[in-house]
Amino acid sequence: MASSDYLIDVVIEGKPGARDPEGEVIQRDLIWKNGFESVKSVRVAKLLKIVIQAKSAKEAKMIVQRLCDELRIFNPAAHSVHVALGKSQD
Amino acid sequence: MTVAVVRFPGSNCDLDTLYVLKRVLNTDVQLVWHQERSLESYEAAILPGGFSYGDYLRAGAIATQSPIMKGIRDMARKGKPVLGICNGFQILVEAGLLPGALLRNSSLRFMCQWTMLRVESTASVITRRLEVGRVLRMPIAHNEGRYFLPENQIEELDRRGQILLRYVNNQGLCNDESNPNGSCSSIAAICDRTGNIIGMMPHPERASEKILSPFHSDDGLLIFRSLLSQIQGGMTL
Repeated sequence: MASSDYLIDVVIEGKPGARDPEGEVIQRDLIWKNGFESVKSVRVAKLLKIVIQAKSAKEAKMIVQRLCDELRIFNPAAHSVHVALGKSQD
Repeated sequence: MTVAVVRFPGSNCDLDTLYVLKRVLNTDVQLVWHQERSLESYEAAILPGGFSYGDYLRAGAIATQSPIMKGIRDMARKGKPVLGICNGFQILVEAGLLPGALLRNSSLRFMCQWTMLRVESTASVITRRLEVGRVLRMPIAHNEGRYFLPENQIEELDRRGQILLRYVNNQGLCNDESNPNGSCSSIAAICDRTGNIIGMMPHPERASEKILSPFHSDDGLLIFRSLLSQIQGGMTL
């Protein structure tokens, strides 16, 4: 099977117990202040967009998940990580 | 008896630390580049403050992959003291040698100020010569110093005497005002279960000569002297 390039999104976000002061400021001083009071919560996360060569989307996701775990792309004490197939811009 | 001060690309408190150990405390000390693999000939290692790898990904995260970290792990295994100051603390946490994480300050600002720190436990190589309750003055200078660990694990850390220093106010008490970065439980310094691996956000090397302190204090020396007495005595906790 031929290999293709896959775009994988890696989202690193704080666990619920870890306060996110940046998200709180965006919610309070930008969003709520300007009338969008229905917004219930804002959490800031980090997004890595990784392009990887693999035989399938499933394999691409698996390799990226493995590198996230092995290389401690996130700190398990404070963060969780979510790996998903990304949508290409082109 | 030689102490290693490990230098990563982006370390910037390495020479201050070297100066204090060499010139103020007359200790044998050497700078060691992060590409070295072994620290076998050293009795203790200090990971100094700075911005290793530009704090990319997360403060301290990339430095954990440097070859010298093998030497640091070997030292830790042998019970030799390893002290991480500021970015050094962040590296030890990211390397999994100390529990928890250091997150962005709750103020969302880089905090650069003198702090008061209460000694909470003497179960480490940097506090073994101090008394619980003693208050020390040392400055902090960081953007990611908010120590985080889930609450139940904080309790366990406390029970084991692994919380070494807490930020306090003039009365020696912890409250929100005296906590400069929003750390869980006002934590400023911790150690591992052996007491030989220590991480602290305050900078003892910037508080080791009276002329540098607005309070005419040199409390940072207490930290270094405690560490040095450990290796001079050849004892482990």
